[in-house]
Amino acid sequence: MHVGLEHYLTVSFLLFSLGLLGVILRRNLLVIYMSLELMLNSANLALVSFSRYNGKLDGQVLVFFIITVAAAEVAVGLALIVALYRKRQSAHVEDLTSMKL
Amino acid sequence: MPALPDILFYVFAALTLLCGVLVVANPLSRSPVTSAMFLVLTIISMSGLFVLLHAFFLGIVQIIVYAGAVMVLFLFVIMLLDLKEEARRKFKFFGIGAGLISFAAIVFIMLKSLKSAAPDANNPVGDGDTASLGKLLFTQYTLPFEVVSVLLLVAMVGVILLCKKKLE
Repeated sequence: MHVGLEHYLTVSFLLFSLGLLGVILRRNLLVIYMSLELMLNSANLALVSFSRYNGKLDGQVLVFFIITVAAAEVAVGLALIVALYRKRQSAHVEDLTSMKL
Repeated sequence: MPALPDILFYVFAALTLLCGVLVVANPLSRSPVTSAMFLVLTIISMSGLFVLLHAFFLGIVQIIVYAGAVMVLFLFVIMLLDLKEEARRKFKFFGIGAGLISFAAIVFIMLKSLKSAAPDANNPVGDGDTASLGKLLFTQYTLPFEVVSVLLLVAMVGVILLCKKKLE
C-alpha cells in the first residue's frame, strides 16, 4: 500500500493519544513530563508531514520554533520540579495536594 | 513489492509507537530511567520518519536537541532526585478508566475527521532542502527567530533564579 499523508497523520494521532494516556495514568511527575514531550513530538510529526505534502516549508519552520520552545520549557519545568522536590521530598503527584480544596 | 521508503515508513512507525507505549506503560519496570531511555528511542525513530519526509535538517536537530540536550537534562534530574522505584500503589480504577476512555475517544475523533477530510495528497510535492529552509528562516521569519532567542535567554535567567539556594 502506498504511504501517503494519512499514514503519517495516523502515527501522529496515536502518539498524541499515548502521551495523553501517560499524563492521565502515571503518577510520577517526571514521567508525566516525558509524556508531555511525546505529545509535542507528535504535533511536530503532523506539521512536518503537512509541510511535505503541501509543498510549503512554513510547517518545518514552525517545527523548528516548537523544538526551541520545548527545550526552554523543559529547562524551566525541570527546575520547578527540582525546587518542589527540595521543599517536599517527593515527586509523586499524590503527595502534592496542597492546592486541593 | 512495495518500495523501500514505504517499508522504512512502516519500520520506523512501528518502532516509534512501540517505544512510545513502553514510555507510558512498561510492564517490566516502572522506574523513570527506563521511561527516559525509551523516550530517546522514540525520538530517534521519529527523526527517521522526518528524514523519510525529506526534512533532513529537522531530523538532525531532533536528534541533537531532543536526544542530546533535553534527555540528558531529564536523566540528570532523575539521578539528582534519587527517585525510588515508583511504589506499586493501588491503581485507581477511575484513573485507568478515564485514561483509556480518553485515549479511545481522541483516536476515534481524529480518525473520523481524517476520513471525512479525505486528504487526496498522496504524492509529496515539497522537497525541504536545508538551503531553502534557512532562506525562509532568515527572510520571512526573522522576527520570530529573534524573539525565540530572547525566550531562550529569559528561560536561562529564570532557571538560575529558580535554582538559587534561597528564594526571597
